[in-house]
Order: sequence, then structure tokens, then C-alpha cells
Amino acid sequence: MAVLANSATHAHTSEQDHEAHLREEHLMLDPRPRGEMNAMVMESMQTTSWKFWVAAGIMAILVAVCLFYYWGYMIANGLGVAGVNRPIYWGIFLVNTVFWIGISHAGTFVSALLRVFKAEFRRPFTRAAELMTTFGLVQAGLSIFMHMGRVWLSYWLAPYPNQRGLWPNFHSPLAWDFLAINTYLLSSTMYLFLPLIPDLAMARDRSTGWRKTLYRILALGFRGTEGEWTHLRFAMNLFAFAILPVMFSVHTIVSWDFAAAMRPGWSSTIFGPYFVIGALQSGLSAVAMVLIVVRATMKNMKYFIRPEHLDGLGKLMLIISMSWAYFFFNDYMVQWYNGDKWTDALLHFHEEGPLGWMWYAMLIFNVAVPWLTLWNKNWRRNPTLLFTVGLLVNIAMWFERYIIVPTSLSINRFPFTYQFYKPGVEIPLTIGTISFFILLYMLASRLIPLVPVWEVQEGQMAHSLRKFGKETVVTVSDLE
Amino acid sequence: MAKHNIPEVKADLENTTGIWGMAIDQDLCTGCQACVAACAMENNIAFVGETDAGYGRSLHWLRIEHAFEGEFPEVQTSGFQPVLCQQCGNAPCEPVCPVFASVHSQAQDLNLQVYNRCVGTRYCANNCPYVARVFNMRDYDRPEPLSNQLNPDVTVRRRGIMEKCTFCIQRIHKVEDQAKSEGREVLDGEMQPACAQACPADAIIFGRLDDPESRVSKLAKTGRGSQLFEDLGTLPRVTYLKEEKDYGRLG
Repeated sequence: MAVLANSATHAHTSEQDHEAHLREEHLMLDPRPRGEMNAMVMESMQTTSWKFWVAAGIMAILVAVCLFYYWGYMIANGLGVAGVNRPIYWGIFLVNTVFWIGISHAGTFVSALLRVFKAEFRRPFTRAAELMTTFGLVQAGLSIFMHMGRVWLSYWLAPYPNQRGLWPNFHSPLAWDFLAINTYLLSSTMYLFLPLIPDLAMARDRSTGWRKTLYRILALGFRGTEGEWTHLRFAMNLFAFAILPVMFSVHTIVSWDFAAAMRPGWSSTIFGPYFVIGALQSGLSAVAMVLIVVRATMKNMKYFIRPEHLDGLGKLMLIISMSWAYFFFNDYMVQWYNGDKWTDALLHFHEEGPLGWMWYAMLIFNVAVPWLTLWNKNWRRNPTLLFTVGLLVNIAMWFERYIIVPTSLSINRFPFTYQFYKPGVEIPLTIGTISFFILLYMLASRLIPLVPVWEVQEGQMAHSLRKFGKETVVTVSDLE
Repeated sequence: MAKHNIPEVKADLENTTGIWGMAIDQDLCTGCQACVAACAMENNIAFVGETDAGYGRSLHWLRIEHAFEGEFPEVQTSGFQPVLCQQCGNAPCEPVCPVFASVHSQAQDLNLQVYNRCVGTRYCANNCPYVARVFNMRDYDRPEPLSNQLNPDVTVRRRGIMEKCTFCIQRIHKVEDQAKSEGREVLDGEMQPACAQACPADAIIFGRLDDPESRVSKLAKTGRGSQLFEDLGTLPRVTYLKEEKDYGRLG
């Protein structure tokens, strides 16, 4: 290592520098007393500036107008106020559904996968990622209900013994969608809640007034006894393993909505993994964006979320971007290779049609931008740059779904019926779902300890710096 | 439900001929749109207005396709092609409906659309290779004189519901009931959907495909017949008749 070479000349000082550098770099090597970290998290949760309320107020107004008013207007007047027509029966609502499910993916991916593989850098931000899953799924659910012609009858999709004498049609991918999204919402909420219990108990013991009442109810009487911890660890481990296949199933089932249909451009067997990778592509970028905003705006967060975390996420984003490029190429190749003339017309329409700019933007933002920036360690660790890359990747992934849904629907086997798609109330409703996500996250950041203190402390206890001769070495003890 | 309507094995369907069927003679069709108007009258199809129709939201169950190619004056046109629901024996719209609004009728071997069950996911329409389905985007007005011409045998659809050609199933029921009460089979030509009845050129022929002596069965077997996108395996019940030579028009 470079450090070793240096140590020959400036043995004493550089050793100390190296150690100080390691502590500054890695949260796990920079321990603070539990009481201090508790106080920091409580403070970050309870310190609210006027800027927060202004932003929350704007979001609340946007939710009220763009989401609730326009949705009510659309329910009252029918889908005619949206942009769907024949043959583009699915528009931006389905784009948003797939997009938000993608966003919700990475929360669980980052948390469960890194937990299962014991990646230590996950510890401070698992909660922030899991919250994204739950709130993203809320938006996905809202979007799919918006899309329905008669949303007041949506309970007909649920399998329960009823007076109509009908079950849902299990041949339909949509029936599976409904079940998969519900399963994912329930299990990810439980997975969010389990590691939250010790932190809620911590908050209960350090708050007064209505907060105390709230945390007392939510903490379920957790006192931190050995028996409680054993049960909790067992349950968390179980959920971390069980939720991963659920996560994969959800997005493959969403891909069936397209892959099971006999349409040029949709009928593609690679859609399952392609959608999962696409979901991770947008979701990981969204995790990075959320962490950067949390770090910049909330008190004490610079201690918990450090450039090393952005660095780790940046590497993941780069790998996922490469995988996405592979699956995109694979999907494109297989469709082009089958030689169907309608598919051929569709592929040309993607590139040369009026929305060709979107197709190129998708490739540039999804492939060129991450590949050209994220290979550099200093650039990965730059919050502004990583945020920009994350934003561009998310825009590109939204474009990708737009190309798959309304753009591909413009082309079918009857040139006589070709049409273009002009969004109507989809635009305010899209703004509404984004605002609702931000609003929910903002409110949660006031009510829920965003950093799992017990998990950080556990990691810090397991890590230590030791000296072997003159070399400082990081050691990690196995926890389980 | 003792029997479900979706056959598990595609091969079960391959040898079925269908019960009711149609033959459309493209060499006779003049493109006069009388069938489109008759269909709208018979089936209480709403008028969506100029703006919505221009945006591709007209509710016609039947459309006359007519394509042009080339620059004036060297314009070539295709023949007229009325396209309606092909009442597929193996319909792509049926398995994708999550609430069984799009189901197969075993008695008539038609694709039914149960309006009251439809929740408006529009998946059936996306999966229809014939783009035959139309969606009620709004509740459309029926101003005074129009409101008096509604057909009492056909449901009036509200917003948020998918609809499509039914082969005038209300007429099929009427004819079948009449024949049953008289203790006989339905006669060939006794049943005519609104489009066939209105066609001045007699280009639309309707009848039973399971009766080899019926006019439609004989026409479908003449060698002039072909079906739309046979290669998709949907087993359409509509046969298009056309001579090889195309009278100076596009194919």
C-alpha cells in the first residue's frame, strides 16, 4: 500500500495521519458514545427551520391541487380529460406506476441485500432507503388506480368470496400485479417497522408530550432485554431473506403486463430481468439523491452519511448501469433479430419517430453519463455531481418506460389506426405523485429516526483499529 | 362456476369451426359507411363529437379502412376494408382481463364483453391485434332527438367501460328464441347483424359456420377467402373475400 511506502520516511506522523484519515473516512471507525448519537438523531429529528415548513407547505398545496383535485376531476369526468385514446390505451399513469415501483425497489434492495451479505457501509442509511420503498409503493398504487376507468370498483380485483360469485382472473397479469404490489407493500412496511422498534423505544425514552405518546404506542413496549433482541434479530433476518424474492417477483410481474401481451415491442421474454435491472437503475439513483438531500438539509447528518457512502452507492450505480446497458442491448437484439415487420417498424419509430430525442436521451443519461463520470472516485464522492447523475438517470428511466408504454402503443398492426399521444391531466397528476412522495418523506423525517442508531452502534462496536507492527489494520469481529 | 371459459390447451381450439361467422367481400364493398352508421344506431353507440373523434376516441365498433400511397397525381389506393371484432376462437383479449369482463360465450362461440364487470384497465384493447375495441372516455351527451332512438335491447354504456362489436348478439338471441319456440333450427339468412342488413352491396354475409351448407360457410371456402393475421393463431371468425387481381389498386 502507498501508506506503507510512505511510512519508511515519515514513520511517526504519517501513521497518525493514516489513522486519523481512516477515522474521518469511515463512520464505523469513528465511534461516538451511544448517548451522544441518540441525542444527535433526536436533535436532527426535532430541529425544524422555517424553510422546512415553507417547502412542506408548497408540497402540501401541490398534493391537494395536483393530486386530489385533478384526480377527483378525472373520476367525475372520465378518462377523457387524460390523454389516452385509441390505440394508446395506456399512458403516463402506467409509466408512473412502473417508475414508482422501480424507485421502491432499491430501498429494499439496498437494505435487504446489503444486510444479507453483511456489507457494513449500509448501516446508517438502511432506514432512509426502506422509507423510499414504502412511500414509492404508495405512489405506484395511486398511479395504477388513477389509470382505471372505474376506480370505484377496484375492489373487484381482490379475491374474496363475494355476492357476484366471481374470482379475479388468475390468467391475467393484472390480477397478479394487484396481489404482488399488495404483498410487497405489506412486507416492505413490516421490514421497515422491525428495525425501527429499538429506535422508537430510544425516541420514547427521550421525548415528552405527544411524541412520547406516539412512540410509546409504536415501540410496542420494547425495553431492550436479551429475549426481545433475540426475537427481533430472528425476525429481521427472516424478513431480509424473504423480501428479496418478493422484490424480484414484483417487478417481473409488472413486466408480464407487457411481456404477456401479443404486441410488437412488448412480447419479449427478456422483460423480466430487464425490468428488475431498470428498477434498480432508477432506484439506486433515487437512494443516492435522497441521501444527498438528507445530508445537506438535516442537522448532524454529515456525521452519519459520509462521502464513503456516496462512493459505495456510486459504484453500485455504475455496475447497475452496465447491467442495464447489457439487458437493453439484449432486448433490442432479440426483437430486431426475429425479423417481424411490425417490430421492425416499431424499432424504427423509436429512433426516428417524433420522440426519437427521448430514445437518444435515454441512452445518453442511462449509459454515457454514468459511465463517463462514476468511474472516478473523486467525482463519485462529490454530492452535487452524484445528485445530478442520479437525477439524469431517473429522467432517463422515466423516458424508458414512456418509450415502452405510450410510444410503443402508437404503432400496431393497423397503420390506419396510428395515433400520437398528448398528455392531459397526467401532467398535474405526475407532479402530484412526486410532491406526495416528497411530502411523505419530509413528514417521516420529522417523526421517525432516519438513522438506525442501534445498527450504527452495533457496527462501530464490531470495528476496531489495531496495530500490527507499524501498520494500522482495520479488524471486524463477526457479530452472529 | 362449474366450467370456466378459458380453454387450458390451445390445441383444443384448433379444430373448432366456430358457430356464428361473417364473410366480407372486399370486391363488393364501396366504402359507403352505411354499416358504420347502422351499427351505431343498433348498438346505442355514443357520438363523441368532433374533437374527441379527431383525437382517435370515436366509439365505432366497425371502421372502414382505406389507405393511400404516393404523391398526387400518382396516388394509389387500397380497397376498402371493414374491420370489426373478429370474434376470435382463441381471443387474446380474454385471458388478460383481471375481472372476467371479457369472456367467451360457449353457446354462441363469441367474445362477450360484460359491461357491468368492466373496471376499465383497458388491457384487452392493448392486446387486441385488430384494434377492434373502443373505450368510453367520458359520459357522452345524447341530445333530445337522439335520446329517442336508443335500442331497448342494448345496454347504454357509461364512462370507464370497454366495448366492442358483439355480432349484434341481441338479434342472435331473438332469432334463436324464435326458432326454439317454433321447434326448428335457425334458418340460413334469418339472422342478420345491423351492418349486413344495411350493406347496399350485400358485401357482408352472416350465418352459421358450423353448417357447411350455409352461404357464409360456402363463401369462406371459395379460395378467395383469407383471414386477418392468421399467423397469430387467434382463429378469427371473419373471412375477407378478395380476388387476386386488384383492379388497379394497392394490394
